[in-house]
Amino acid sequence: MSKDIRVRKGLDLKLKGEADNAIVDASKSSVYAIKPADFHAVVPKMVLKEGASVKAGEVIFYSKYDEKVKFVSPVSGTLTKILRGAKRRILEVQITPNGSNDVVKHDVVNPSQASAEQVREILLESGCWPFIIQRPYSIVASPEDTPKAIFISAYTTAPLAGDADVILADKKEAFQNGVTALSKIAPVYIGVGKNSPIATVKDATVYKVKGKHPAGNVGVQIHKVLPLNAGERVWTVGFEDVATIGDVFTTGVFSAQRTVALVGTDADKDSRKYYRTILGAQVDSLTGGNVDTENTRIISGDVLTGDKLENGQFINYYHNTLTLIPEGNEYAFMGWLPFTRNKVPSNAGTSLSWLLGGKRKVDTNLNGEERALVVTGEMEDVMPMDIYPMQLIKACMSGDIEKMENLGIYEVAPEDFALVDFTNTSKLEAQEIIRNGLDLMITEVG
Amino acid sequence: MKWIRRKLDQARKPFGPGQKLEKYAPAINAFDTFLFTPNHTTKKGAHVRDVVDLKRTMITVVIALIPALIFGMWNAGAQYLYQERNLGSVTDVPFWEALTEGAILVFPLIAVSYIVGLTIEFIFAIYRGHEVNEGYLVTGLLIPMIFPVDIPLWMLAISVAFAVLIGKEAFGGTGMNILNPALTARAFAFFAYPLYMSGNQIWVHEGSTDSISGETILGSLAEGKEVAYSFSDAFIGFIPGSVSETSTLMILIGAAILILTKVGSWRIILSGFIGAAVMGLIFNAFGSNALMSFDWYMHLVVGGLAFGLVFMATDPVSAAQTFKGKWIYGFLCGFFGVMIRVFNPAYPEGIMLAILLMNVFAPTIDHYVVQANVSKRKKRLAKAKANLQTA
Repeated sequence: MSKDIRVRKGLDLKLKGEADNAIVDASKSSVYAIKPADFHAVVPKMVLKEGASVKAGEVIFYSKYDEKVKFVSPVSGTLTKILRGAKRRILEVQITPNGSNDVVKHDVVNPSQASAEQVREILLESGCWPFIIQRPYSIVASPEDTPKAIFISAYTTAPLAGDADVILADKKEAFQNGVTALSKIAPVYIGVGKNSPIATVKDATVYKVKGKHPAGNVGVQIHKVLPLNAGERVWTVGFEDVATIGDVFTTGVFSAQRTVALVGTDADKDSRKYYRTILGAQVDSLTGGNVDTENTRIISGDVLTGDKLENGQFINYYHNTLTLIPEGNEYAFMGWLPFTRNKVPSNAGTSLSWLLGGKRKVDTNLNGEERALVVTGEMEDVMPMDIYPMQLIKACMSGDIEKMENLGIYEVAPEDFALVDFTNTSKLEAQEIIRNGLDLMITEVG
Repeated sequence: MKWIRRKLDQARKPFGPGQKLEKYAPAINAFDTFLFTPNHTTKKGAHVRDVVDLKRTMITVVIALIPALIFGMWNAGAQYLYQERNLGSVTDVPFWEALTEGAILVFPLIAVSYIVGLTIEFIFAIYRGHEVNEGYLVTGLLIPMIFPVDIPLWMLAISVAFAVLIGKEAFGGTGMNILNPALTARAFAFFAYPLYMSGNQIWVHEGSTDSISGETILGSLAEGKEVAYSFSDAFIGFIPGSVSETSTLMILIGAAILILTKVGSWRIILSGFIGAAVMGLIFNAFGSNALMSFDWYMHLVVGGLAFGLVFMATDPVSAAQTFKGKWIYGFLCGFFGVMIRVFNPAYPEGIMLAILLMNVFAPTIDHYVVQANVSKRKKRLAKAKANLQTA
């Protein structure tokens, strides 16, 4: 057990609409989809055509720039549709399951006896590779790299997000196997909460994390444990994906399980639970498909970092949360008066929100309009890393590569700026600016 | 509410996209968003947002200014009436009479400042096609508060126009300016119309007439005269001066509002007072003339020092932006403010010049603070590289 992490700066949004800790099976999705957009910077090269039949675990496309990185079908069935957007960009590869359980079989390998090369090979062949995200840039890792460490955050602090402790409770063994496999490639570090079911996991350095959001963000943990320098690579893997990797080694099958928590005040109270479903499941399989999207927002992921979805669309490849909250498309009479509208959660001193306590109902109102950057010091309040957020954002906006590098662009991901999005008075889109900054670094530095 | 909303929606129609008056949309938007926080929802990034916006922040500063403003009006009336009527002290003037007299003197200044400033802001918003920024709500009130009460209105108007055009819009508008716009206005008037902005006669209404003395404490000190006011007079504000700078008590109430609402930086305010006190103590140690031996604590309560530190130095756009930078910046504002005041009796209002000077240096201070973070990162990188080579 290495030294513990305590995060003091940040903000816990205490929201209404959390899920019961019960895990139930979701109703079967009538169609599944893999969305290339979930894998930032990956350009898909299709292997199969529309109408082809696929097995679960069969490759459907690979990355154009790195053929080794393969993306596989979560279910067996028929590839019914390749949905394209502007410039023929592939948006969704939809697969309709046929109910049978045809799977691609790989060799069963004991992870503790596998070599690093063997582990890489299995991860690539089985389609598990996209689970590995590299820092810097927060993109799918390159198989050519050897990282300095692999980080897993099994501590959840994002508002209403599917809790790692709940999801991993009955996946301890698979998680251990996954960790053991990954530890062959690089030292594994795992951040856990107080009551984590995996606190005693072997073959890894486990550290306890406590404190406010974004303490659960893997980037914050990397920053505190083993800060990233220019030119170095660190890999991160989602906690449930580690278990999926473990299963591939012990069963030889890519089991595309995904546990998703249905949360938010607009989700029916009885339906707010954890659901056992499959990667790429349609939103409708959890919500029933009749969400009034005029007045309710469907968010794949948590309210700070998630993607907006419509009925009939598909849950993000990496997300363990599906949030339904009201759209805040209403006017507020003189909403700028200080100490009014205290029900809206706030980190600002001009609201008495902090006095009220308790859990809040939130909506998607912007609560103001975009303005020039005027107020200083509020971003620093929610940034636990030793980074100057406003200066870094300005460097990203002006595209000053040297400055971005100096100010620590390699250490951050958009999600680390989610709270900056939330708190800043000027309604600046910090996550988008950081993403654009990172994309610029990919093209300029690589 | 719904009725107002309907009327507004009707009034907005000609300003909609593709309509005749589309260009002037920022103007109607400014009124609309003043009445109603709009129904805009998040389009990207975090789906939920804090309730705070720039309007709320700026209104909070205006609220923090109100105690000083009302006291300033009262004081402007009382200072004039008590001399005119040969009363024993300012407190002998009936409260409402003093307040009414002061309001009659001060309101035209506020009206001119807002009308001139907001007109320019609206024109620039329409010209640039962005929304009207709320910053002028504060600037427009600050400017009349730091002018002498008898300033001719056209001079005020020109100063305001200069501050908004050259001090702010020339740099790209709100958030881009280097100097505090309110102080820019005052500095402009100070150098352009010195007769009306400094000297011993202007600080009380009709101060130039024989029967009324308009001298400030610092003015009389600079001439080597005895100071006729006590610490408590100066602290509460029964002294001549610019409209709202005299009452340190009311300014501290404003400071409390700013600090409690986290709108103003407590770091700047606190370190500013510390800086002024330190400089005052240093001068006291020498004490070679009347200004130098003026007690350090008196420096904190006379002149515009308190007002400057609380409401001018804390302007987030022109101040230092890093926490450490704010400590240094605030300290130097107070430090130089007292230094200029004492060393150069021609400029008793040293704090104005000190803050403007520090506005210019704020980016430099920030640069060195941020550079410390950068070198830390570079050192870590060098160490990692060294480790790699030895391994």
